[in-house]
Amino acid sequence: MKILVPLKRVADPDNANKVKIPASGATIETTGLEWKPNPFDEYALEAALRLTEDGKAPKVRAGEVVVVTFGPKETETTLRAALATGADRAIRVDAADDKLDGHLVARALKALVEREKPDLVLMGKQAVDGDSNQVGQILAEQLDYPMATFAATMKEEAGGLLVGREVDGGVITLRVKFPAVVTVDLRIVAPTSVYSMKTAPAFKYNDGVRFAALPAIMAAKKKPLAEVKLADLAADQGLRVTYHGFQAPPARKAGIKVKDVTDLVNRLKNEAKAL
Amino acid sequence: MATPLHETPEHEALRREARRFAKAQILPNALAWEEANEFPKELYKQIADAGLHGVGYPEEYGGGGGDLSHALAVSEEMILEGKSVGTVVGLGSHAIAIPPILACGSEAQKKKFVPPVLRGEKIAALAITEPGGGSDVAGLSTKAVRDGDHYVVTGTKTFITSGTRADIVTTAVRTGGPGHAGISMLVIETSTPGFSVSKKLHKMGWWASDTAELSFDGCRVPAANLIGDENSGFVPIMMNFARERLLIAGNCVAIAELAYRESVAYARERKAFGKSISGFQVTRHKLADMASRIAAARALTNEAVVRSLRGEAVTALAAMAKNTATDMCMFVCDQAVQIHGGYGYMREYVVERLFRDARLYPIGGGTREIMNEIISKVEGY
Repeated sequence: MKILVPLKRVADPDNANKVKIPASGATIETTGLEWKPNPFDEYALEAALRLTEDGKAPKVRAGEVVVVTFGPKETETTLRAALATGADRAIRVDAADDKLDGHLVARALKALVEREKPDLVLMGKQAVDGDSNQVGQILAEQLDYPMATFAATMKEEAGGLLVGREVDGGVITLRVKFPAVVTVDLRIVAPTSVYSMKTAPAFKYNDGVRFAALPAIMAAKKKPLAEVKLADLAADQGLRVTYHGFQAPPARKAGIKVKDVTDLVNRLKNEAKAL
Repeated sequence: MATPLHETPEHEALRREARRFAKAQILPNALAWEEANEFPKELYKQIADAGLHGVGYPEEYGGGGGDLSHALAVSEEMILEGKSVGTVVGLGSHAIAIPPILACGSEAQKKKFVPPVLRGEKIAALAITEPGGGSDVAGLSTKAVRDGDHYVVTGTKTFITSGTRADIVTTAVRTGGPGHAGISMLVIETSTPGFSVSKKLHKMGWWASDTAELSFDGCRVPAANLIGDENSGFVPIMMNFARERLLIAGNCVAIAELAYRESVAYARERKAFGKSISGFQVTRHKLADMASRIAAARALTNEAVVRSLRGEAVTALAAMAKNTATDMCMFVCDQAVQIHGGYGYMREYVVERLFRDARLYPIGGGTREIMNEIISKVEGY
């Protein structure tokens, strides 16, 4: 199986206090921010690795995982980390962070999918910076591929996947035929969430995303990393989303303590006007 | 915290993995494990599975490759993000127990003893100090008498990190006459009859790390477990000390950095007289002094590490780095408690623990005074 995993780097949410907006409100200041891979994309990579191996140790590769990111040269750190974790090769689509939106990324990915011909595009359900939650869906629409979003479990079967999605009140299981687009939710990295046809049904993975050991980090330096120009994938680089301004959320006010239930109800009714 | 100049993007990738492991596996349990005076044994396997236990050891013996700089990067992140020094030093007792085997042991010994430790299946400890004397290594009295294919070991070792749970103990014994020329190193498996843990010791700090007094009573150890030649143990012990001192200096820089970070966060949040205490010059200057001393000790430690990796003899420099870093660490942790005020004296605050942990460092791995003797000798006063 060949899987394409699009990755995005995001400003480390643990350092959210470092996000600065200049007085003009025209942009978000990115200098000095620490970057890390979008967690949902890391989960997608882990799921892709599980689908392309036998689960045993030492694991035997049973497929190819190609990671791709859009961004300037520095984003290669994100790709090298993915290669160290186990991806087979990487592609960087050279682009400026602020000259991209979800629609353009999806259009460029469509061209890349037509070039790479993966069986599966596996990606995070959303990036934790913009939280747009749309690239996977637009991509599937553009490619006219079957799609399953927010996957919590995946089981490989001949020519496709059984995908479990957690929804309000239960779990929906979808059968998707390859080639397909699947976006993943956080439970996809639980010990029994993903099974390739080669993985023993009783096999349990370690919970979470695997660690890259130092030999793998060293070996990642030598894995193939190709650069592609955005223009080669998308002739039209127009943006559908334009930002008119940014402002920090208002500082949170201190809470109050209520005396009893009557007091609470009164305040909800008369002050908050919520009742 | 600026990235050390000698580190590569691969160090940063490794640091990231160590951070992730420490945040997920150590941090949520830090206080509980410190209070329980123990961390679960499964943690050895977990850290090994994460590829972090063998960093700095050759791949052919189950290690993760890399060198001292990689090992230091890992332990720094583990301390910073795990916030339990006791857990990190307990997990790391092999860092002083394994190098003598790798440096002077036979191929068979390396193959037998090293891989299970680096896989997290066995625990290794180093035993040098005795109740009768710590700094005077050349005067140690635990005896090993040759009897056919065995050495019969009799004596007591104390202050042994991971001693209560160790499977193998790299032990300094007397096989010859008095003085340093009569000392050998033996790998003693703790399943050997005659070995016992006489006491689990109660310490001021490093609570999550177990420390023991070990007793050898006619313990018959195969002669095949002798590291190097008989009576040649003193040099590997001293070489190992030089490495240990760099690890200790690195630990101190990490502990101080953690105390500093905790203090900065607390100073911003804590209000007094109507504003954050970081708004007072007296607090800001305390923090600035802490940051400056950390930067100085870090720079010296990194220089010693880089020179050591280049193959230079760093005996004196490592001793200087250790003293500088341990003094700095005690100062910084003391200031951190002061900034925290009454809360800094409470056990649920990280700095209270770090203050206690810090006190060990001018004693363990060669005292502050012995470091100065080493420096004096090398400088030739």
